[in-house]
This record gives sequence, C-alpha cells and structure tokens, in this order.
Amino acid sequence: MEPAAVVTIAAVVLVIAVLVAYLVAVIVELRKIAAGLDSVIDAVGGVVRKSEPVNAIVEGINQDLTVGTDLLEGLLLKKAGPDDAPGLIESIFPGGGASMLGRLGRTGEVKNIDVVYTRGAVQLARLGRESPLGAGALRGGALRDPAYSSTAARSLYARPGDPDARPRSPKIGTAAPRVYPPTDGAGSAAPAEVAEQQPGVRSDPD
Amino acid sequence: MIVWWIGNAVLLLVVVPVVVLLLRGVLSAAKDVTASVEALAPVAEAASKDLDAVELLHTTRDQVSQTVAVVANYGGSLDVILEDA
Repeated sequence: MEPAAVVTIAAVVLVIAVLVAYLVAVIVELRKIAAGLDSVIDAVGGVVRKSEPVNAIVEGINQDLTVGTDLLEGLLLKKAGPDDAPGLIESIFPGGGASMLGRLGRTGEVKNIDVVYTRGAVQLARLGRESPLGAGALRGGALRDPAYSSTAARSLYARPGDPDARPRSPKIGTAAPRVYPPTDGAGSAAPAEVAEQQPGVRSDPD
Repeated sequence: MIVWWIGNAVLLLVVVPVVVLLLRGVLSAAKDVTASVEALAPVAEAASKDLDAVELLHTTRDQVSQTVAVVANYGGSLDVILEDA
C-alpha cells in the first residue's frame, strides 16, 4: 500500500472520530435541554391554566366598579350640580373632574374646589345650601365671596327687632315666659302666666 | 503522487482543524442552552406558584359586587335625605 494512501485513510478516520466524539456530546446536551424544557413546559402550562380566568374576572370587577362610579357620580351631579360636581371629583381625584366632564359630554375648565376650601368643608357647603359657605360660593371668581360671606353668616342668628329673626332658645329664671312658684307638693304648682316674648327680642340684660 | 500528498496535507492541516472548530462551537452553544433551560425551570415554577392567588379574584369579584350594592343602597338613602342642587 502506498504511504500516501495510509495517510489518507488515517486522516479520514481521524475526522470521523472527531465528528463522532463531538456529535455524541452534542446529543447528550440536547437531551438535557429536552428534559429541562419538559419541566419548564409543565410550569408554563400551570401559569396559563391559572391565569385563564383572570380576564373575565377583572372585566366583571371593572363593570361592577363602573356601575358604582356612575351611580355615585349621578348622585353627586344631582346634589351638587353640573358645575360643582366635577370640581368635587377633581379635588379628590386629580384629573377625575375632566374625565367626568367628558362623560357628561361637556367641555371647559374644572374648578378644583379643594384649592379654596378644605375637602370636608366644601362637601358640607355644597350639600347643605343653608350654610354660609354654600350661600356665597357662586359669587365672583373665587368660590368664597369675602364681601357677602359675613352677611350670609349673620343671617343665621337672631337680630333684635327683625321680624324674620328666629326665636331664641327657651329661657329660665325670673324673665322666663312661664314661672313656676315654689310649692310643697310635687306636681301641684301651676305656672304664673306671663306675656309671651317676641321672638328675637331680649328682655333681660344678661 | 505529489498531488495526493498535498491533498493529505490539506486534509490534516485544514479540514480537521476546521471540523473540530465548528463542532466545538456547536457543543459550546448547546451547553449554554442547557444552562439557560436549567435556570428557567425554577423561575417558571415560581411564576406558577405566584398565580395561586388568582383564585382569590373570585372572592374579590363577589365582594366588589356586594360593596357596590351597599353603595347603591346608601346612594338611594342620600338621594332622599339630601336636597338637590
């Protein structure tokens, strides 16, 4: 046999041996990969199975919350009015007032009521129109009107001589409308009739 | 004969190193993939375990429905109690 032929055969055998060695190693690694992927697929399947109802549940929760939001916004709109309701929402949730205006099909600037008054005072003022804050809230640029707010506050109290003034609280003592004299037996005394006082008119110096 | 020897030289000095180099690259890549898959398995299991609380969403949905119903009742009462704007 020619020496060159021997070298050729040896080289081919060497190449084949190298191919076999490395391919076997690659096959072993691929088997490890397949086993690892099997375990990963099991876990991923669990993720898919567990997360499957999330969309429907979250959509149901959102629908319920939307119903509640619409209900409360409708109530607030009815009680506080179309101008103040978005302002109240804006004072609690920044940006929510503009969203409420959009849902109402309106545009414009939302008055953040919380800038002028504290949150609780404004809500009470808006919901109770007899309070001084509510009486002066719609005048002028600001929600609080310094020129007329004291007038509104004074109207709540009795003023001497004013026929529209509210009656004062019942009095006790010698100037009371009904004076009971001292007696020995319980329940036997009759009140001494005196003239009823005019509402809001003070009869004693105290 | 000279050409044969030249072919043998090329086979031993070029083909064999190139084959070895390529196969080592494939084996290295396969080992990297193996390490990545082995690291991925516990992460996937942890993610699956984190989703165990999803079952509680059913309770959350029921409680939200009940809360909205209570709010609706309060809203009806407030509508009666408070005067309109």
